[in-house]
Amino acid sequence: MATLAQAIRLALHVGETRLGVTDVFGEDVGPPLGGVFTCTQGLATAWNTPLDERGIVGTAFGLALAGERPVAEIQFCDYIYNTIDLLKLAGNCCWSSMGQFPVPMVLMSPVGSGIHGSIYHSHSFDAIATHIPGWKVVLPSTPLDTYGLMIAAIKDPNPVMFLYPKALIRHQGTEKIPGEPDDPKVLSRMIDAPVGSSREHWRPSWPDLPDFEIPIGSAKCCRPGEHLTVLTYGRTVPLCEQAAQKLFEQEGISAEVIDLRTLFPYDGEMILASTRKTGRLLVVNEDTEVTNFGEHLIRVLTEHCFYHLQAPPRLLAGANTPGVGLSWNLERVSVPQLDAIHAAMREVAMTEA
Amino acid sequence: MSDVHGSAQVQARRSAQMDVRQVYRLMAKARALEERMIRMTRSNDGYFWIGGPGEEAFNVPLGLLIKRGQGPAFDYLHHHYRSSAILVAMGLPLIDAIRQMAQRATDPNSGGRNFVNHFAKREWNVVPGASTIETQYSIAPGTALAQARHGGNGITIVNGGDAGSSEGDFATCLNWSSRPGRELPMLILIMNNNWGISTPFESVHGDRIIARRAEAFGIRWGTVNGNDPVASWRKLVEVMAYVRKERKPYCLEAYVSRLHGHSSSSGAGRVQEPDCLEMFGRDLVEREILTAAEIESIQAEYEREAMDALLQARQEPEPDGDTIYDHTFAGGTPGWPPLHKPFV
Ligand SMILES: Cc1ncc(C[n+]2csc(CCOP(=O)(O)OP(=O)(O)O)c2C)c(N)n1
Repeated sequence: MATLAQAIRLALHVGETRLGVTDVFGEDVGPPLGGVFTCTQGLATAWNTPLDERGIVGTAFGLALAGERPVAEIQFCDYIYNTIDLLKLAGNCCWSSMGQFPVPMVLMSPVGSGIHGSIYHSHSFDAIATHIPGWKVVLPSTPLDTYGLMIAAIKDPNPVMFLYPKALIRHQGTEKIPGEPDDPKVLSRMIDAPVGSSREHWRPSWPDLPDFEIPIGSAKCCRPGEHLTVLTYGRTVPLCEQAAQKLFEQEGISAEVIDLRTLFPYDGEMILASTRKTGRLLVVNEDTEVTNFGEHLIRVLTEHCFYHLQAPPRLLAGANTPGVGLSWNLERVSVPQLDAIHAAMREVAMTEA
Repeated sequence: MSDVHGSAQVQARRSAQMDVRQVYRLMAKARALEERMIRMTRSNDGYFWIGGPGEEAFNVPLGLLIKRGQGPAFDYLHHHYRSSAILVAMGLPLIDAIRQMAQRATDPNSGGRNFVNHFAKREWNVVPGASTIETQYSIAPGTALAQARHGGNGITIVNGGDAGSSEGDFATCLNWSSRPGRELPMLILIMNNNWGISTPFESVHGDRIIARRAEAFGIRWGTVNGNDPVASWRKLVEVMAYVRKERKPYCLEAYVSRLHGHSSSSGAGRVQEPDCLEMFGRDLVEREILTAAEIESIQAEYEREAMDALLQARQEPEPDGDTIYDHTFAGGTPGWPPLHKPFV
């Protein structure tokens, strides 16, 4: 099965061959590297920019104004902060021009902790991204979702922030991308650049990829359950699934785990129905906890499900520290890990009604 | 009206011959528009005013020389808020600026959402103006890149003030337009009025000529007296031909006046700086191209047109509070989260 990095590449290949993408660009995105996480390796339209995030966002914005469908990358979301006014402009452009100038750009960036990235390779961006009206924001956790959502993001006539969890970039999926070879080794030989040797003459050989996409705005129920609802996205999705499994095996508590996949506009129907069904809600993410996107979800769900709730909704998020420290002892306690997630689920499930 | 201007605009560009009478008329027209809009802040017809009295001698020639149209075959304009004379020379009906000043639903730029002189006009490649100083310099390379690839002779024009050139976006623009072998067809303008609100340029800058920064990037550059429409016309004909043909950037700094201070926040009263319209008018009378009486009647004609536009705009509806979410997204507003009801 493809990894998340390969899934991005495959989707961008579909983008540049079938969906009108003319430019995939960012720092070290073009040859020879193809992105610091190899997400853009072998693409025909990938190119290296100056080391200038404002130029990257601005140029993508300008290309979109000229009717093109650019995909730009910010190498790490930790370095997106100096572009926020441009992100705001891209988000308000269609609105402020009364629909004259939609901005069909995709801005992708890896987010979150999990690679011992210390203070500047561990940031989350979900609270700030969702705080910029006019953008759609996706954050998939599996290769198949990554692939399908990237295709939807490229097709969307609006600016789409495509965040992806760097902790999971090399994880292989359990679901096959339509058209990918059965054997992951075969896929690797086809589309991974040779390591070490010169890549000057290397060209990928792309599999035939049939049309496929995952609509923006649809969440995924990864694990149905009865006793509590767990809303999560990104790095913490597989952790929540594992915790739910353990909780079920050890104590018979059944947690419904929902991967939000799209943070804006999010799948209100699914999360509302689940919360009403279970009456208990835990939101898990790793952004700092103050003014956290999970707080918004809890507010809206409390307003809409108040009389169904049997316990106070809870947010398990990152500690409100200025950064994630390098030492594992520091990182471990700064952002949610398996044990903490398991404990939080248990607590929400056990709270007396 | 706009069609008449439109064809005059096309003709001016094609011939590259300056029709001084036409330029004078358009300068007077743009000035009358701005003066009416300043008065609108005092007659309760508008809130905030910011605009371009003092930039007409440069901006009218520029507007006439722009290749007006939609898509990468035509010129893109990334403008700052003192660009009304460019738009007027391109053929903008005065009422379309007045409607924005008066926050009418009929404002074709922003439907009453944005400040005045923040234009947006898709059919003319006038991309939405924004209040954020200098951001247009980071965005402009994108339209220019589309044009470089498209071929033809369309170019991207970006303008902004002198103080704004301190922002990193200005360096971004120089850098991205001059990547070796991938140069972009951009006319990078600096409208130097020597002020950033209340701060004189030389009090915060060691460099004297802003356009000279382009030299470090291998970009051709020059300066021009932007209060002189003849010099501005000549320089623009020359450098726009260069950008159109060579598909490379050019950086031009124009020295202009700021005749009503920064904005209505500082009162927008008239200040003592060289007035390009007065000087050009005097010059044309001396050269017997126009008479003093003709000048008076031109001014009266446009004052009337601006006033009529205001009277018309006053009759038009203001935007409805129920529309605040409209156009947030192309393709419709998502169903979730539930929209906050507009306060009533
Ligand atoms: C990024 C940003 N910072 C500050 C402001 C507030 N502001 C508005 S105009 C202005 C001065 C701009 O001076 P200059 O670039 O020389 O243009 P001018 O107004 O003189 O034409 C400032 C500081 C702003 N609009 N945007």
